[in-house]
Formats: sequence, structure tokens, C-alpha cells
Amino acid sequence: MNFDDTPQEAAFRESARKWVEANAPKELHAELSRSSLGRIRLAKHDIVDVGKAWQKKKAEGGWACLHWPREYGGRGATPIERVIWQQEEGVYGKLTQPFQIGEGMCGPTVMAFGSEDAKRRYLPKLASGEEIWCQLFSEPSAGSDVAGLRTRAEKKGDNWVVNGQKIWTSGAHYSDYGLLIARTDPNVPKHKGLTMFFLDMKSPGVEVRPIKQANGMQEFNEVYFTDVVIPDSQRLGAVGEGWSVSLTTLMNERMSIGSRLATGVPELFEFCSNLMLEDGLAIDDPAVRSKLANWAVKSSGLKYTSYRAISALSKGDRPGPENSIGKLVSGMMLQDIATYAMDLQGAAGVLTGADEETVQGQFQQMLLSSPSMRIAGGTDEILRNIIAERVLGLPSDIRVDKDVPYNKIPTKGR
Amino acid sequence: MNFDFSDDQKQLRDQARKFLTEKCSPKAVRVVLDGKASYDEELWKGLAEMGFLGVAIPEAFGGAGAGHLELCVIAEEMGRANAPVPFSSTVYLAAEALLIAGSDDQKKKWLPAIASGEAIGTLALFEGKGNPSPKNVKLTAANGVLNGVKKPVADGAVADFAVVAARTGSSGRDGDISLFVVDLKAGGVEVKSLTNLDPTRGQAEITFRDCKAEPLGAAGEGWSILTQMLDRAAVLCAFEQVGGADRALEMGRDYALDRIAFGRQIGSFQAVKHMLADMYVSATLARSNSYYGAWALSTNAAELPEAAAAARISATQAFQHCAKNNIQVHGGMGFTWEFDCHMYYRRANAMALGLGSLTYWEDQLIEHMRKKNAA
Repeated sequence: MNFDDTPQEAAFRESARKWVEANAPKELHAELSRSSLGRIRLAKHDIVDVGKAWQKKKAEGGWACLHWPREYGGRGATPIERVIWQQEEGVYGKLTQPFQIGEGMCGPTVMAFGSEDAKRRYLPKLASGEEIWCQLFSEPSAGSDVAGLRTRAEKKGDNWVVNGQKIWTSGAHYSDYGLLIARTDPNVPKHKGLTMFFLDMKSPGVEVRPIKQANGMQEFNEVYFTDVVIPDSQRLGAVGEGWSVSLTTLMNERMSIGSRLATGVPELFEFCSNLMLEDGLAIDDPAVRSKLANWAVKSSGLKYTSYRAISALSKGDRPGPENSIGKLVSGMMLQDIATYAMDLQGAAGVLTGADEETVQGQFQQMLLSSPSMRIAGGTDEILRNIIAERVLGLPSDIRVDKDVPYNKIPTKGR
Repeated sequence: MNFDFSDDQKQLRDQARKFLTEKCSPKAVRVVLDGKASYDEELWKGLAEMGFLGVAIPEAFGGAGAGHLELCVIAEEMGRANAPVPFSSTVYLAAEALLIAGSDDQKKKWLPAIASGEAIGTLALFEGKGNPSPKNVKLTAANGVLNGVKKPVADGAVADFAVVAARTGSSGRDGDISLFVVDLKAGGVEVKSLTNLDPTRGQAEITFRDCKAEPLGAAGEGWSILTQMLDRAAVLCAFEQVGGADRALEMGRDYALDRIAFGRQIGSFQAVKHMLADMYVSATLARSNSYYGAWALSTNAAELPEAAAAARISATQAFQHCAKNNIQVHGGMGFTWEFDCHMYYRRANAMALGLGSLTYWEDQLIEHMRKKNAA
């Protein structure tokens, strides 16, 4: 048991480190380091602009999507090399935020189901950040039950015509392409009538509207489709096979290991180390210490769980299912920690506002943003179902609509 | 990175599991639970023959000279089997104390006897209520004899010798405490068994009256040695707790698959599935924290105190959580004496207190994190 690299890993790390040292936008280092809890705050720059510049440089140096094959813009790196790269990229990895959906979900789906022409046309530009992709799965009436989606795609000659609405689409307003799942046959049970496509987000009939969120920010969008034409050549997988194609997409999302999940523990530790209460520093109070310790061991537990997965990759094994706990644990922690940090301030905890410039404001922002952490990318409840069914082997839910044709499923207001 | 046990160590774990499945069935545990024996002597002999008692004791002192990672995987299996033997007192505490601070003569006298199963050892630290603290040590040592009362002493009624924490000064500092080794069969000692939460591991009160004792380590170094002992034992106990938590989770899962109610397996209800998923989360966090503790223990890393506290807290909570909800999944059957759920519930809650309560370890963890942050 050790934390050391193998000689090959050490050599790879050394070359990655040297390249980052020579090429990273160091002028952004301080701001990126201060950006915590998944939010990037750059005073003078737009994240998409600086992100694209960094991604382009990485692509030229052979570090973009490095685990992809060379012909599609990567360098054929092993999974462990990808983790080492992420470690060495460090805070600059935050600049890749606009590309994460594309790299993590859309790209792998195109790679698995696209034609050779499509792969050579789209993947290298996705990898280099020249073109940004978004994912169009969720709908207002189809979140956890995404197979119940309503957006229709109808075949007209060699094209498909799409009408409907998607929601919670990160980055739709700056994306060039989107991965879209739509209903192509409403007369069969819901999982069987879906088909996967990709489309040009500038196509006529696509309208992107930002959503004002509960935390006051606008990070997600609604996307409306009115008679949008998609050529059949942009279909991924067979007609009616969209559900199994989407499982590939979602599995890739969950395979990304070593991504640093924010827990709020370092922020709370620092806050309590400086916060003066009536009887002294908060961190000297036994009740505060107990709370802190309980969150600290969850946070360290997550860290060492990811180390176990990295070790499996290093040996060339598939990581075990234990990584599925990450988002479930960290999402709840962020919310609880924010609530507690405010509680420690007493009535004054309500002041400041969620401005992120002060420590107090950061916790307010964490409080207001954390509900989304427990919903996006699989709700806490869906994640528990996944653990129960796929890890513990418990029976899947009884699904009353499983064998019912989609257009016969009772719904509210259709 | 190789943050995992080696293939040899995993093989040893399988070997221990096979041995314990055979020799330490729930039926065997119940012999001790029901008060028909104070511990499982046959199992103890078997553990000695397998080389498990001396796995981390150097060959020069009669052990296998393997190491602490090997001891961790065995500890996990001891916890999974709920073994009714004085393993933790003897191996994690008494043997470790001798390895840290024993003289050559003391090691020669006791370590081979531990490895061969002839000697049971324990730590006599607590004197009634309270967590580990120099202030709570009142038993005195003067002129080579001890006077005072220790309780609870885990496995005190079956132990042959004890490491005893005694007061040798009154400055109010840690240096007031020294450790001693006492042969409990040599006189000056009165041992009384105490009723306790987990009858599969005995507790005793030991009264020392002008009892002859040998110093263990230098005078005034007692508290420093004791802190190291507790950190090391915390990691090893964490593996027992991880093993117990996993077993409780498995029992709950198996019952949820087996039991039919409302015309379906109860494991198909989300209320039950989510409870079991949360148990898996706790057990996984505990396992990962314990692996870090194992690394720190086996390499004697500077991070050991922090790693030990994290492993201790995480594993204590996981075992308590899994043992508690295992009963809940079982419903009424889980609350019968006949079902094994309560044995894990008892063990989980007794182990949560044995090396000091969560309050103590939470305080330790934050103190060490602060020191690290300040550095």
C-alpha cells in the first residue's frame, strides 16, 4: 500500500507538469484558486473565451481529451494517465468547465454510435474546444423519468422534424452542437420509442432561453424546438434505440473519476478557525469540533474512495462501484455545511447577501445553490436507487408504465 | 498509486474468512453470549495455530513477522465474525504497547506467549466515567507497587497480564503518567467480572493493592506511549468495525431479498432500498478512511494521529449505523434474541466506547487538523 507512481506514471507526470508549467495562463492562477464550490469568478475574462484558448493550446500540445484515440483528437492515453493529467492541470482544469458535457457525454456517444465520417468531422473540434457541445435530455415533464420525454421527432423524407422543449441545458447559449434524445414512436412503451440525434444549435427553429434559477443566477437554459430539421445522417444508433444509446452517455458521465467534488469542508474549517464567538474561537467549542469532525471524515472518506478507484485504474482494473457515492455524499454535505455556517453567526447570518465576495456571502451562495447539487445529474433518490439495485442487487422498482404504449400512459394535462 | 492491499494480503483475508466461517459461526458466538464461557478458548487456540495472534509480532519474539497491513485484514474478518475472543485487548493494545515501549526482557517474556495463545493481555486505563485523559488517572505507583482501581478493563477477567496507566507525579502535566506491566496472576490483584452491553467480550474491575509492577517505558512517558497505543488500536479496531458494518449490511440486504410483504420482496420498496443504500455509503466511507489509517499505521507516518482519528470516527459511525438499520430492515424478527442482529448491535455500540467515545476522537481529529493547517 503506497501513494507512489509507477516509473511510467512518474515519467508521464513529469512531462505533464513541465508542459503545464511552460504553457498555463499563470495570470489567472490566483482567481482560479479562489474560485471554489464549482463556481468560476474571473473579473476581466469570459470563461468561454479563456477556456477556448486554454483548450486549443492543450490540443496543440496533445493534452486535450488525452484518453481519446489520436485520430479523434486525443493521444490514446490510459485511464490512469488521464487522472494524472487532471492532477497536474490543477486549478487550470477549472477552465475546461464549458467543455465538460461535450467531453464527458456527447463525445463518447458520438464515438460509440457515430459514422466514421462524423467521428472525424466532429470529435477533433470538440476535443480542441473549437466547437462546444451540450446535452438535450431533460424536459419539464421528464427529469428522473427521462424516458417519459415528449419532444417529438418525425421522419420526413431523409430528414427528421423536431418539435418540443428541453430544459436544464447547461451552456446551450454558447454551444455549437447538441446531443438530443427525442420520441420517434409514441405507440410503443416509453423506453422503446426513443431515438438519439445530434444537431447544429444554430439550426432554424432552435430557441434558447435562459432560466432564472432559485439562487438568482442564470446557468441553465430552456431550449425550444419548432419544426427543426435534422438530417437522418445525424442520427446516433438505430431508430427506437435511443434509450440504450443514452445509457452509454450516462455511464460515461459516471465513469469520470478523480473529478474533485466540492464538499465545503475546507471553507467551513477556515471559517470556524477565524470566527469569534462569545466564548472564544468557534473551533475551540466542543460542539463545533464535533460537527466539523463528522463532516471532515466524510470528506476524507470520499477522497480516499477516489484513491481506491485510481489504484484500480493504475493496475488496469475497472474501478468498483464505490465511486457512485460521491455526488450523493457531497451534495448533502454542501447544503448542511452552509446551513451550519449561517447558524454559527446567529441572527446576523441573514445579512450580506449571496455576493461571494465575503466569506459570509459565500456560505449564503452555497446555501442557495446546493439544492441543485442534490438534483442535477441524478437526484439523491435516483442515486440511492442505483446503489441499491446495481451495487447491492436489490430488485428494481415495480414500473407500472413499463409495458404500456407511451401514448396510453396516464399523465397530468396531456 | 497502489492504495489497496496486496494480493498476498487479500489471500490472507480470504484465509481468515474461511477459518472464521468454520470455527466462529453465530452458534459458537452464542455460547459466550449466553454466559456458558467467558471466551471461546478453542477459537483462541485456532487463531494461535493459524499464526493470526502473532501476525504483526517479529519473528525474533515468536511471531510471524508479517506486519500491520496483514493484521488489518485479519481484524476485518474478526469483526465480520463477531469473534468472542480477547483479540483486540491482547493484540491491538497489550502487544502493541510492548512493541512500542517494552524492554527486551519484557518482550521476550510476553510476546512469544501472546503469539502462541498462552498469554492474554489487556490495557487497564479507565477508572469509571470519562474519556482518555491524564486527569482521569488516579491509580498511584510508588516504590514499585500500584494502588487503585481500574474499570472497565476489557477482557480483564481472562487476562494474564495488563498494561496499567498509573500516576507517578502531580504536576498536572502529561508527564505525571507512567505505564507498568503487571502479571495478574502474581498477587496483589483482585478481579471482578462486570455485567456489560456486549457479553461476547467481557469487562472487569481490577483492584490493585500494593501490587508489584514493572515499569513499561521510561517514567513520565506513559501518556505519550498511551496516545500512540490508542492511535494504533484505533486503526485496527476500525477494521473490525468495517468488517462488522459490512456483515450487518449483508444481513440486511439478504433479508430484504428474502422477506415477502404486501406481495413483493421488501427490498423492492424504496424506503428499504434507500436505507440499505445509505448503509452502503457509510460502510464505504469507513472502509476508505480505514485504508488511509492502515497506510499510516504500517508506515509509521506522521499523519497517523489524524488518520487514526478519522478511521475511528468513520468506522464507529458506520458500524453503529449498519447494525441499527439491520434490525430495522428485519422488523420484529430483528428484535428477537434468536436472530443475530442484536449481537452486531451490541458489539457496534460497545466498540464505540472501548477506546474512548466519539467526543474524544472528534476532538483529537480537529486538534491534529489544526496543527497541520497551521504548519
